[in-house]
Amino acid sequence: MFRSQQLALKYFAAAMTLFGIMIVAGLLASTNYVQDGFLMNKLDFSVTKMLHIDTMIIWLLMGFIGAVYWFVPIELERETVGIRLAEVMFWIFCAAVAVVAAVFIFVQYGPATEMSLWFINQGRKYVEAPRWAAIGITLVVLVFIYNVVGTAIKARRITGIMGVLMVDLIPLFGLYLIAFPSMTNMSEDQYWWWWLVHLWVEATWEILIGCIMALALMQLLGTSRRIVETWLYIEVALVLGTGILGLGHHYFWIGTPSYWLGIGGFFSALEPLPLLGMVVHAVYDAGAHRMKTTNKPAFFWVMAEAFGNFIGGGVFGFMMTLPQINLFTHGTQWTVSHGHFAFWGAYACGVLAVIYLALQKSRAAQQLDGAAWKWSFALLNIGILGMVGALLVSGIAQAFYERAMGGSTLQAFMEGQTNVWFVQGIVMRLVFGFVFAAGYVVLIYDLLTIGKKRTATEALQARVAGGPA
Amino acid sequence: MYAEDPAFWRAGAISSTLVMLIVLAFLTVDSIATIRPGGANVPEYTVINKEIRYEFDSESSRYRPVIGADQPLFGRVYSPEQAEKAMRLGKLVIQSRNCMNCHTFFGNGAYYAPDLTKAWLDPAWQQMWMPMTQAATREEAIATFLMYPEKFPTWSRQMPNLKITREEAEALVAYLKWMSAVETNGFPIHFGHIQTNK
Repeated sequence: MFRSQQLALKYFAAAMTLFGIMIVAGLLASTNYVQDGFLMNKLDFSVTKMLHIDTMIIWLLMGFIGAVYWFVPIELERETVGIRLAEVMFWIFCAAVAVVAAVFIFVQYGPATEMSLWFINQGRKYVEAPRWAAIGITLVVLVFIYNVVGTAIKARRITGIMGVLMVDLIPLFGLYLIAFPSMTNMSEDQYWWWWLVHLWVEATWEILIGCIMALALMQLLGTSRRIVETWLYIEVALVLGTGILGLGHHYFWIGTPSYWLGIGGFFSALEPLPLLGMVVHAVYDAGAHRMKTTNKPAFFWVMAEAFGNFIGGGVFGFMMTLPQINLFTHGTQWTVSHGHFAFWGAYACGVLAVIYLALQKSRAAQQLDGAAWKWSFALLNIGILGMVGALLVSGIAQAFYERAMGGSTLQAFMEGQTNVWFVQGIVMRLVFGFVFAAGYVVLIYDLLTIGKKRTATEALQARVAGGPA
Repeated sequence: MYAEDPAFWRAGAISSTLVMLIVLAFLTVDSIATIRPGGANVPEYTVINKEIRYEFDSESSRYRPVIGADQPLFGRVYSPEQAEKAMRLGKLVIQSRNCMNCHTFFGNGAYYAPDLTKAWLDPAWQQMWMPMTQAATREEAIATFLMYPEKFPTWSRQMPNLKITREEAEALVAYLKWMSAVETNGFPIHFGHIQTNK
């Protein structure tokens, strides 16, 4: 195994740890909705909610970085250039994440000065990490780019997938720089902030996971390079062709000109198209290979990614994206429902698929199967679907009672939040949150054990080959 | 067939991306001009010296902010420099106290506490907090609440005390007042115009 792939396994371990912290923080935050005053003045909602969101961003990012470190040596048939530096950056990344989490939990907030933004919290959703840590993340990404591009140059080989990946790393880095400035004008602040959030999540990340899934499909099903590269280009054309101006659905209500209502509505209505394409691609490939695979968990997570991305991101996004509807749904639990489904389907399932692929290779298991992965697959997906459905009920109630009927004031907000349908939904979200957490526990057990126990045939084959039985 | 050639789709991917990026660049130049203070949709910071209302405009068929007569804030008129300084401090309060992880601004943030886009115009300040805090003005009531939220709860979900100083509270009130005057294409719809029953 290449050192780059050993580093990938470390990234996956860190990602799975943060995934667990994300779930705990999510359970704590959602308990606040059910029990007012929960951990008040100790770990307020704002802290647990921030931990929930930020650990999600970081674990997915670590999953992507790990996946690329896993596939680059396979794709370019050589060790990753600058691997020692990459290994050092991994530990710096982990240390920085731990320090930031400790500051979030124990310091929480500071006075209204630039120093607070540098050392405690930047207070901008998704990119709360203080500036010193944001510089650290920037350095990690720069080294990551150096590793990928350097390896391609040294290998004197750029495949179609690597070409897309390398171009995609430019906005991945460049857009993150928007995490630094603090603009006085909230309209302008949010204008650029959405460049970062939307063009990362609905463009750059989509391309990145598209590249990762293309590499995974070649390894998992033996799909031909010509087919995955053709599909990848179609996806890039559609994702960026619709997603760049789909950015407009965030510019409906922040002070920006009203032409964004039409532009944002039109292009974001088209955004499900590439996601539908991915479903067709995955189903076609699975059928073409008669669903034969030696790695069932990876195969199922790939399918979950294709369908979850389309339904969670595409369908649930479209449901609330037209401005005439968004006027009522924007900033309600309806958004939360879509957010959970989309992040899970588009990214989390893809990262889990790659982790299973990597484990099969690293443990030299001919077959990867068993009972535990099925339980974790079922519990995690039932958990997320339950949460998504429950939040949708709450969101619809909120849109009606707070927005449409109430007029969005404090009084209307309170009436929405205490509405019986809203409350039922929010309680059920917590219940399904625990189902999801149970799935996580089984997942970790499975990841630690799957493929380690060899079958009698495998042991015999290993003995014949002269390896350990 | 050329449609099966990856190079055909690569050309499509590059061209569609470039076209969209160019369109986005043009729209961004126009949008930034519209949302700078004093632009078509975002008022100068000195709007905090004026009365602000939110009224239905039948021509555009949406609610819009209306700038009225002089209405000093905390009993004084802010010069452009003072207003800018207050806005800067107000924004730093919002970021340093992590407001966005409970509240929303323009609907963006977390959803545990009310949206603050038009919070300055919320009738609850006059109806609930002015009597509770015994403040003579809306701005005094808001500032007092922001400094001591635990003393003036309105329901079981409460805001924590974030050790906001008097100076910070005044800047934050000024910021909320300015933000309520931003043209937001009618969001939130009929804010403050419906009498709810509880």
